[in-house]
Amino acid sequence: MTQIELRGVQKFFGAVQVIKDLNLKISDNEFIVLLGQSGCGKTTTLRAIAGLETIDEGDILIDGKPIQHLKAADRDIAMVFQSFSLYPHMSVYENIAFPLRATRKSKAEIEQEVRSVAKTLQISELLDKKPSALSGGDMQRVAIGRALVRRPKAMLMDEPIGALDAKLREEMRAEIKRLHIKQGSTTIYVTHDQIEAMSLADRIVIMHEGVLQQVGSPDEVYSRPANLFVAQFVGSPVMNVADAAVAETASSVSVMVGGAAAGFEFPRALLSKLNGHAGGQLALGIRPEGVLIRRDAADGFLPVETQIVEPLGSFDIVDLKVGSKMLRARTKSGFVSGPGEKVFARIDPAQAHFFDTASGKSLGVRL
Amino acid sequence: MAAVRTSSEIGLNRVAIVAVLVVTIIFLAPIYWIASTAFKPRNLATTIPPTVVFQPEISPFVKLFTKRSQMRSPPTPEEYAAAPWWERVVFDGGEKIVRDGKGQVQWSGYPSRFLNSLIIAITSTVLAVGMGTFTAYGFSRFKVKGEADLLFFILSTRMLPPVVVAIPMFLMYRAVGLNDSHIGLIILYTAFNLSFSVWLMKGFMDEIPKEYEEAALVDGYTRMEAFFKIVLPEAATGIAATAVFCFITAWNEYAFALIMTNRRAQTAPPFIPSQVGSGLPDWTVIAAGTFLFLLPVAIFTFLLRNHLLRGMSFGAIRK
Repeated sequence: MTQIELRGVQKFFGAVQVIKDLNLKISDNEFIVLLGQSGCGKTTTLRAIAGLETIDEGDILIDGKPIQHLKAADRDIAMVFQSFSLYPHMSVYENIAFPLRATRKSKAEIEQEVRSVAKTLQISELLDKKPSALSGGDMQRVAIGRALVRRPKAMLMDEPIGALDAKLREEMRAEIKRLHIKQGSTTIYVTHDQIEAMSLADRIVIMHEGVLQQVGSPDEVYSRPANLFVAQFVGSPVMNVADAAVAETASSVSVMVGGAAAGFEFPRALLSKLNGHAGGQLALGIRPEGVLIRRDAADGFLPVETQIVEPLGSFDIVDLKVGSKMLRARTKSGFVSGPGEKVFARIDPAQAHFFDTASGKSLGVRL
Repeated sequence: MAAVRTSSEIGLNRVAIVAVLVVTIIFLAPIYWIASTAFKPRNLATTIPPTVVFQPEISPFVKLFTKRSQMRSPPTPEEYAAAPWWERVVFDGGEKIVRDGKGQVQWSGYPSRFLNSLIIAITSTVLAVGMGTFTAYGFSRFKVKGEADLLFFILSTRMLPPVVVAIPMFLMYRAVGLNDSHIGLIILYTAFNLSFSVWLMKGFMDEIPKEYEEAALVDGYTRMEAFFKIVLPEAATGIAATAVFCFITAWNEYAFALIMTNRRAQTAPPFIPSQVGSGLPDWTVIAAGTFLFLLPVAIFTFLLRNHLLRGMSFGAIRK
């Protein structure tokens, strides 16, 4: 049972504030991913929880007890580093046994626990090797083994698979997930890779310039981004965002994008949901899969011209010129033959997001 | 894929090999000269042209370690027959080993000087490398106010030629009674080597990723434990390289040793040339003393050669 709570955490590096009033509750057995670009404060947050950085204000609580004044060694937390940080002069066995040697465990107990962890991670045959003789994936497994062996209150992982190549990264991602399901320890995982975050997390914490942007399940942050930053950071290809103007027509509402004369058709309900923002600074956000295209004209579809086509195997990304703006649409592969083709597009109102461009905040419109 | 080498590359390679050979010969020639002279009979030591082929003798070493006097007349056959082999080789050179009233062989000044050299060089090396390692760790890992200035100040102690401070140092040492003492030279060499040791070790410390210690800290160890269990083993290469350099400096130091010591704490470097002045110089004995003096550094360096090779290229290669 381990709950971690951050209350009003602030951290400065000189005059630069790297963590700004961070509040977060992590429940037992939860897999939390801190996601953000480099320099957003996610790693500093992790290191502050581990006890490798001091915080300037606020509290870090484990199971309700403030621990920010405790030394790293006394927090009973394990950490996996991006560089793995396996001690080069020790064998794999010694590396895994190292945290246990800091405790008063007997030799036999240590041996038993090291072997049991090695078995779980399927690295039993590597125990006598030196870290330099291991592959990247095996180093990773040993690093996780070293973190697991003490049965810590919580596991912290700082981009643990960032140094691996793409294929191995995918394998290890699955393995980390499997391990978490099996061991079920409270885990905080830092990454800048949103695919990693989506696939692993129970909840994703998105940070930007030291400020928490949104906390939510992968589905929540994907389908209900709290602001423009989250909207454009999560999801690949990136969400289309364009300045929009709303005009009322006889039967519906028309949303003009990129200064185009003709607008996309939306249900009338949009007006009431925009709640007075209709005349203000408004941005429309739509993921490429929310831009629907067809070859022949139909109700609500606008004629557009294709620009660039990016075939990505299972689907294509097609750039469509709408007014002065480019909208990226996701189509079946081969649906559009190339640039300059005339097609018809509309925006799926159910997948559309509206943001206040001044504050960047989502207006929470769901149609 | 094997690179195809052009004839000009092969030619360059040959030139390089010849150049390396020439340089090696130039560097090794004095050592060969010392070693061969140390085993020569006295009358062959100064021949022109030099004698290259000779029957090696052990007598220079016997003479090196014992006090001798000139003999007015050769030893009687009984005396000669009763003498042990090492005394006979001295007789053969027209000298005899001085004995005290009880017949005990009198040692020359060399063994005690050699021992002084060992004590002073080893102790000062241990101190300089030890303190340097801790200091470098501090500079490398913690925010130190005025770090750049402090490091420059440490280095600046090496900018003055030692001779400039020798006389003031001598006067100060005499005032506090440190002249001609082991501790005096140990302090001097430690201070002299410390700046070098701090700078060299800082380079090595900077190369050790700080994640290693952080991992140890998170794994339940104190910073001190992390330092001894993780940082020191990782720094072994750097420590070995630094130790070799410090040891060589302390071992070979001549100027301060000459000025600061005369008997009790005198080291081998000022002692060996002082033997030239006493009577007719016996170059074979001086060569024997120098030859033995070369050995500790050679052995020390040989023992640490694996560390040293890595130490030299440390930082040049990205891991």
